[in-house]
Amino acid sequence: MSTKTSETTEGGLPAPRPAAGTARGEGSLAGLPHALLRPEAAGVQLNLADLWAYRELLYFLTWRDIKVRYKQTLMGVAWVVLQPLLTMVIFTLVFTRFVKLDEGAIPYPLFAYAGLLLWTFFSISITSGTHSLISNTSLVTKVYFPRAFIPAAAVGAGLVDLSVGAVPLAALALYYRVHVTWGLLLLPFFVLLAALLALSVGMVASALTVRYRDLRHALPFLLQLWMFASPVLYPAHLVGPKWRWAFAANPMTGVLEGFRAALAGQPFDWALVAVPAAAAPVLVCAAFYVFRRLEDTFADVI
Amino acid sequence: MEPVVVNVEGVSKRYRIGGLHRGYDSFREVFAGALAARLKRLRRGGAGDDEETTLWALKEVSFEVRRGEILGIVGRNGAGKSTLLKILSRITRPSTGHVEIYGRVGSLLEVGTGFHPDLTGRENVYLNGAVLGMRKVEIDAKFDEIVAFSELERFIETPVKHYSSGMYVRLAFSVAAHLEPEILIMDEVLAVGDMAFQQKCLDKMNDIRRQGRTIFFVSHNLPAITRLCKRAVLLEQGRLVAEGQPQEVVNRYLSSSWGAGAERLWGDDAPGDAAVRLRRVRVADEGGGTAAAVDVRRESRIEITYDVLEEGHALVPVVELYNEEGTEVFSTHDTGAEWRRRPRPRGRYTSAVRLPGNLLAEGTLIAHVSIMSHFPSTILHARAANAVAFQILDEPGGVSARGDYAGPMPGVVRPLLEWETHAAAQGE
Repeated sequence: MSTKTSETTEGGLPAPRPAAGTARGEGSLAGLPHALLRPEAAGVQLNLADLWAYRELLYFLTWRDIKVRYKQTLMGVAWVVLQPLLTMVIFTLVFTRFVKLDEGAIPYPLFAYAGLLLWTFFSISITSGTHSLISNTSLVTKVYFPRAFIPAAAVGAGLVDLSVGAVPLAALALYYRVHVTWGLLLLPFFVLLAALLALSVGMVASALTVRYRDLRHALPFLLQLWMFASPVLYPAHLVGPKWRWAFAANPMTGVLEGFRAALAGQPFDWALVAVPAAAAPVLVCAAFYVFRRLEDTFADVI
Repeated sequence: MEPVVVNVEGVSKRYRIGGLHRGYDSFREVFAGALAARLKRLRRGGAGDDEETTLWALKEVSFEVRRGEILGIVGRNGAGKSTLLKILSRITRPSTGHVEIYGRVGSLLEVGTGFHPDLTGRENVYLNGAVLGMRKVEIDAKFDEIVAFSELERFIETPVKHYSSGMYVRLAFSVAAHLEPEILIMDEVLAVGDMAFQQKCLDKMNDIRRQGRTIFFVSHNLPAITRLCKRAVLLEQGRLVAEGQPQEVVNRYLSSSWGAGAERLWGDDAPGDAAVRLRRVRVADEGGGTAAAVDVRRESRIEITYDVLEEGHALVPVVELYNEEGTEVFSTHDTGAEWRRRPRPRGRYTSAVRLPGNLLAEGTLIAHVSIMSHFPSTILHARAANAVAFQILDEPGGVSARGDYAGPMPGVVRPLLEWETHAAAQGE
């Protein structure tokens, strides 16, 4: 075998085999990816380098999720727009004809559609993220890659949907002639915060679902409660000072309020925005840690 | 000496048996289970790990693999082979011990993993390639080659749900075969696809071998292990019980699973009646040495040594030969004139049957051995089922039924037959 290998190296065949190195003092192993697989008891290995090594897979998984979602559908991407749009129409009727609502400075249809669009992205990312691991059992049990990419791809696919849904949002904004300010540049920032929060919840929920399938049933209900507790269909200032702190502690409050303020050129409530801005990065790191911790047992329990 | 690329050290893997059966829990069960476990522990006086509910799929397994080696892994189902492969391919972590790996690990046990039925062949090649760890530029560069290998050029824009299962596997294998990892895990891949495609897979494997890559080869096809591997390990109930020359390891595996190796010796427990006792059975090659593996072109012998304790019986030694599927290949007995009707004097005898070359097909063969007397009446004096086991190896080249064809050849026998071809009418 050894003569064969040296022929291969000298012949310059494709396999990359650098000549010098120090690994185990045996030279030619340098440059090869090195993995030390330690036992479960050795604690959580974050394997951050793998996230980079497999980064293209995140793209492919996102792309797959989108392709699969709209193959064999009649209206395709139109569903992304239709759902928040119809909900917006109904709530506009309710809150402008039947119940008078102080909607603040933003016209209610624009206000509601912006809130619904961002919330739909958030909740669909979490829902499909939560189901993602168990619907990809064959991937999880047969091949290694950073599994965090599976729920992350659900968020990625949600982002694509969101950008499609942003077209009617832009149309509405133009129709209501919103003030265009520099604040508009902050829109992606709020989308990013929503994405990070969805990713955090999605990672933890998907990892827990591998072991505890109840979560699938509880999730739609929990998300609905969360939506009513967030200023999606009503403005934040309706909440009285007594409950204000609890309301602001919900990171989605700041995201939704900030998103609409940026869109409509309104002043930002920086205190509200600071909550998700600080919480999102921390939550993502914590969620990733929890995910990694549970990930090692996925193949054994899924 | 090539450097060590895989170092497995003291690796054990423990499963909870309860977890294995249930698969997943609901919150309610977890709470109830935790409560029950707590109570149980109280009753036992705080004993920690519960040996009854744990299963060691692997126990203290250690070995090294050098670059360019082909390591065969043999063992019965449930011996821990798949658990070992899962640990090597990083799907699950060991419970104790560690593994060090230099190089990218690709595995053909995940043929078709990540294929989505609604996506086209082209889309699935990219997706599957990425799942297996290929970069997009790599897939771009090899795409045409992959498709050509799979012979699915015409269907590459068709969703794979319209593929036949054979087409599906072909495409999947093509992607996996072009992964070009430094370390390749092959698990029973040769059982996949039709014969022509199996031939291609064998060729591809030889290519990989020539490139000096490291291969883990798991198969129940023992001749393939003996032929392709330079070294083999045997797993039994999670433990590594043998390591070394593939022939020796395979022989050891055969003796533990069939209870039969290339040689069998008996002491006081020798099978037989008051008249005849078996003492030894062995498989010998041309040189007369005991052989666990024989080239298909070479002749071999099965030797039976027995003691005759009682005079007056005309004894006939019988050999029944079975292949690993349990098909009886043939049965043979001594029809020679010398001892046919002649009562045997007391003493020790060795009867041998010569198995000519170019007769048996490649595979594992198991011999049942008996000593009978047919005259004046039929009596079975001694019988040893699964007395010995050996392998026939068939490599391309030389004067054999195979010739230089390298693909699979079915059939229980592989005789070298004469062919003639005449031109019946001369064309223009």
